[in-house]
Amino acid sequence: MTAETLKRTALHDEHLKLGGRLVPFGGFEMPVQYAGILKEHDAVRNRAGLFDLSHMGQFVLEGENVARWAEGLTINAIESMKPLQARYNIFCNAAGGAHDDVIFYRLDGRWLLVVNAGNADKMWSLLNAHVGDSGVKLTSYHGKNALVAIQGPKSVAMLQPHVDVDLSAVKYYFCTEATVYGKKTVLARTGYTGEDGFELFVDGADAPEIWNGLLRDHSAEGLEPCGLGARDVLRLEAGMPLYGHELTEEISPVQAGLTWALKMAKPAFTGKDALAAQLEGDTFPRIAGLVMAGRAPAREGYKVFSGDREVGEIRSGSMAPSCGGKNIATALLSKDAATVGTELEVEIRGARHAATVVTTPLYKRPK
Amino acid sequence: MSLPQDLHFSKDHEWVKLDDDGVATVGITDYAQHSLGDIVYVELPKVGAVVAQHGNVGVIESVKAVSDLFTPVAGVIAEVNGALDADSSVLNREPYTDGWLFKVKDVSSDQLDNLLDAAAYEKLTAE
Repeated sequence: MTAETLKRTALHDEHLKLGGRLVPFGGFEMPVQYAGILKEHDAVRNRAGLFDLSHMGQFVLEGENVARWAEGLTINAIESMKPLQARYNIFCNAAGGAHDDVIFYRLDGRWLLVVNAGNADKMWSLLNAHVGDSGVKLTSYHGKNALVAIQGPKSVAMLQPHVDVDLSAVKYYFCTEATVYGKKTVLARTGYTGEDGFELFVDGADAPEIWNGLLRDHSAEGLEPCGLGARDVLRLEAGMPLYGHELTEEISPVQAGLTWALKMAKPAFTGKDALAAQLEGDTFPRIAGLVMAGRAPAREGYKVFSGDREVGEIRSGSMAPSCGGKNIATALLSKDAATVGTELEVEIRGARHAATVVTTPLYKRPK
Repeated sequence: MSLPQDLHFSKDHEWVKLDDDGVATVGITDYAQHSLGDIVYVELPKVGAVVAQHGNVGVIESVKAVSDLFTPVAGVIAEVNGALDADSSVLNREPYTDGWLFKVKDVSSDQLDNLLDAAAYEKLTAE
């Protein structure tokens, strides 16, 4: 994809001013880092980081039947969501693979659906193809609305003075509508870093004022602009799947270990039979966490061995500052190789490097 | 960081300092470490390995990416910087001093003719 065809977020100019290094991601020019991935990671774990996630797809769903309609397309429960609740969900294909993993936000009189940037066009088509006579009205704000996330142990205290509601009343995976620096937003206590924090859905035109305001008012307390590089390390440490890696059209939520989000008691939904068969057979390759013994990082696509037998491949990998600087990874492994404690080897440039299957997540924030 | 004027440079962003005894010390430039970002792992050639000028002799890995490492001079690997095993971030902090990568012996000085001097390298990285 050439630079001409890449879209820009409402915060593009701010990224340039901050020295952000822009790379193509999900059809947008996105900052992969500013000062450096490790410095940004440290800010989020110990203070707070500010992310531009405006590449994510934002769709608004309206109509009386939204919840019932969407139940048939997703694996998690929707109708049971309380007002202003947020819930992780997955749209599956008929074979049980994942079209996308998403979050539904139940707002007053409408629903916000946030999808992955790289899947936004696919998901928009899928939703429209299923509207039929459901009466559901779909509106895309992809590329129009911005999404700014502030994440880290100090993030709520930094955000509070600029918001017209009491943030302590907004519980984890709930949201509210409020103004931030006087701008209308949907404020959600969700994130993808393993830390406390909020995600702010806002009109693109209003995003620079919020972004610049937070950096102006809180940089002295350690708020750092953070790129997608730090975000990937943070989510991997926190055991969160990334679509295209741990979850794909071929890797189902059952294989990805996301059965907590799978509600088999729901009536028919796309992929239910295939997922039921996977659960029943229990022979499927599955995603497991690995810790490398040595200093060579495991990277996506590297082969994993048990003795002479190839048992799978790495799906994500990184040095993990919050795991003692060890190299951690996820791998899609055959069932017998995926048990916690199993000693395996990862092939890196022709040489074998020891790894152990571990329980995930490897990082949990201190309560 | 100002560019040391007594070094020679490759277009692959390595620097080399050739001593009178035919031993060359090799590292990556400040420009290179900045482009790579936080360096977390370095795989260096084995001592005794015979290497060709501009040949691939290892890898440098940042948090996000694996990059090939080339040698700006041909010769025999005489020594590698073992301190990088414990802390490769010194490559980011001190690329021209403590962050040296390896030493090559039996290096003929005419190889420097295939490399850039400081002024030419400065021009290359300013483009």
